[in-house]
Amino acid sequence: MTPTPNPGPDFGPGLAEVFGPQQQDGGPELVQLLTPEGERRHHDDFDLDFSAEQLRGFYRDMVLVRRLDTEATALQRHGELGIWAQLLGQEAAQIGCGRALRPQDYVFPTYREHGVAWCKGVDPLDLLGLFRGVDHGRWDPRENNFHLYTIVIGAQALHATGYAMGVQRDGAVGTGDPERDTAVVAHFGDGASSQGDVNEAFIFAASYQAPVVFFCQNNQWAISEPIERQSRIPLYQRALGFGFPGVRVDGNDVLATYAVAQAALQRAREGSGPTLVEAYTYRMGAHTTTDDPTRYRVDDDVEHWKLKDPIARLEVYLRRNGLIDDDFQATLKQEADDLGHRLREGCKALPDPAPSAMFDHVYAEETPELRAQREGYAAYLGSFEEAGR
Amino acid sequence: MTVMSYLGAIGAAQREAMEADERVVIIGEDVEANVYGTTGGSGKSRADKGDFLQMFGSNRIRNTPISEEVIVGAAIGAAMTGLRPIVDLSYSSFLYMAMDQFVNQAAKNRYMFGGQASLPVVFRSAMFYGLNTGAHHSDRPYPMFMNVPGLKIVVPSSPYDAKGLLRTAVDTDDPVLTFEACTLWGSKGEVPEEEYSIPFGQARTVREGTDVTVVAISSAVPEAVAAAEQLAEEGISVEVIDPRTLVPLDTAAIVESVSRTGRLVVADPAHRTCSAAAEISAIVAEEAFGSLLAPIVRVTTPDTQIPFSPALEKQLYPNRSYIGDAVRRVTGERVSVPPTPEGVDDALSTQAPR
Repeated sequence: MTPTPNPGPDFGPGLAEVFGPQQQDGGPELVQLLTPEGERRHHDDFDLDFSAEQLRGFYRDMVLVRRLDTEATALQRHGELGIWAQLLGQEAAQIGCGRALRPQDYVFPTYREHGVAWCKGVDPLDLLGLFRGVDHGRWDPRENNFHLYTIVIGAQALHATGYAMGVQRDGAVGTGDPERDTAVVAHFGDGASSQGDVNEAFIFAASYQAPVVFFCQNNQWAISEPIERQSRIPLYQRALGFGFPGVRVDGNDVLATYAVAQAALQRAREGSGPTLVEAYTYRMGAHTTTDDPTRYRVDDDVEHWKLKDPIARLEVYLRRNGLIDDDFQATLKQEADDLGHRLREGCKALPDPAPSAMFDHVYAEETPELRAQREGYAAYLGSFEEAGR
Repeated sequence: MTVMSYLGAIGAAQREAMEADERVVIIGEDVEANVYGTTGGSGKSRADKGDFLQMFGSNRIRNTPISEEVIVGAAIGAAMTGLRPIVDLSYSSFLYMAMDQFVNQAAKNRYMFGGQASLPVVFRSAMFYGLNTGAHHSDRPYPMFMNVPGLKIVVPSSPYDAKGLLRTAVDTDDPVLTFEACTLWGSKGEVPEEEYSIPFGQARTVREGTDVTVVAISSAVPEAVAAAEQLAEEGISVEVIDPRTLVPLDTAAIVESVSRTGRLVVADPAHRTCSAAAEISAIVAEEAFGSLLAPIVRVTTPDTQIPFSPALEKQLYPNRSYIGDAVRRVTGERVSVPPTPEGVDDALSTQAPR
């Protein structure tokens, strides 16, 4: 069945100027260093000299996290994962931001930041363990300064702001020591930008000049709702009303995302307060594997965004400038295949938790009532063995 | 009569209510695209009936920005000023995002405004428990809201009840929260094609019996019926009662049944502490103590978070096996039932007559 796009409400004249032609290309304020065709652009405010090694690193990162995403999606389809939140199309936004981090910088992710987790050194198999339901705490957030995934939309913006206020009180801001000064990143999406939590986080961060970067991946869709339902103005422009700067960057351009994220992170570390970065990108896949976007969006949009693929444009640039060759590609393909193999086999080998694990981690000090329930359940399970049934 | 799914019955009730009264509107996330299957036909059900957005227009079927607090607050405002909104909050766990609006505004406004405010608003949400959706999507929070004076609480367990109770919810002038069970979405049953409503506070005797009363809530109802069928083969006659609404609660029907059977098991998918089962047990202990031949047994979800692991989650909720064991226990058979408060077994095994 061909889906019929919903006509939606009439937003009236004027909005087309904001969301008309600009919607497709991000508008004149979009920071871009690499066009969809792989052409290098200069930008007056955000530009960097990237080394060949750095560029190849970005490319390798994006190829590998896309492979991780593809494998995880397939594993979910095979019943090996309960659910998976795809990052397809958002590789540049996540790798650009992730690679701009220093070790001491602390990240508060949503449930889709697999690329940032990769940059922070979290084992992808631990991500799969989470989505398989094996364990809710597969990685130690203190080890890599990468918090555990937060499920409730926008809640982590408040946690990040609180953490950043703590960083400030620890005196780890504006000392000039590059190994001490710390930035905090709050990830969220365009849908979350409507939540009170996110807006209240903006207010506190501005009030305290907290060292936090609000990194919004605007992937245009909140399950079935397009960005037009969340905002009548480009999201980055909201920051001004809260009293800090906002920047819209091409989230499919890893160079621009890196440059803008680095500038925003440095601003936070120096003690100049929060920044809103809107990484303008597109959710090429479903909201999660439980969702079917063909019910509510048209293929034309997806096809349009395919032409802006973050990996393809960097590949063109690297090829054209002789920075990668067939050997590099073959080696990377092998690396991706090895990763895929490791994830498939590793995921299937992850065991179900023991039955009594469902009573774990409810309290630091278990209550007598819960202990009685735990023991009652153990006795119940034991009764099957006794009875031999 | 026609055969309809639980989900289809909800859609039918919404459509009929909207056709009957133009003040009825639907607001929520993803309602325009009918992502959850109750506002049209684009994929899940009732494709032949057409899409709500096309039928009623975007003034009456309205997608909102992603903010539950504003959705609930705006609906309260709309209800106080003349509309009769149906709010689709998708997952019951999302209600917490709007707790202040529920507890301080929806529940209290009639009182705080000296009886001058009416709040004819329905808050629909689905409890996705048992479907491997993790701790942030699996809650069964109706007992929390039972604790808030001013709110009415509906827990339909069949397509017939889902349609009739939702219509009553739309037509009543009090704020109503309906908690739908996702595991029942696909269940089918006979439903009148014409409009009808089921009064609140009237329990349904799902199955008559003489030995034990099982009061079952939401998805525990079909499980209790399945247990009763098994127990009938063992010679135990079980009466299954579905309260259908928890506020108001049909206390009389429950007390009357227990006064005949002398034994009560309450099956409630909510957490054990301060559950609906706890309230029903207390009422029976107060009002039918003289009839009881055995201690009351609650079959509930233990006081844990809901694990994402399917292997763990499947152990949690009241099922036919747990309910069956509880019935055997109140009729004097020595079995252990999870979770068992210490000492109850011993008291039962010797004193409770068959």
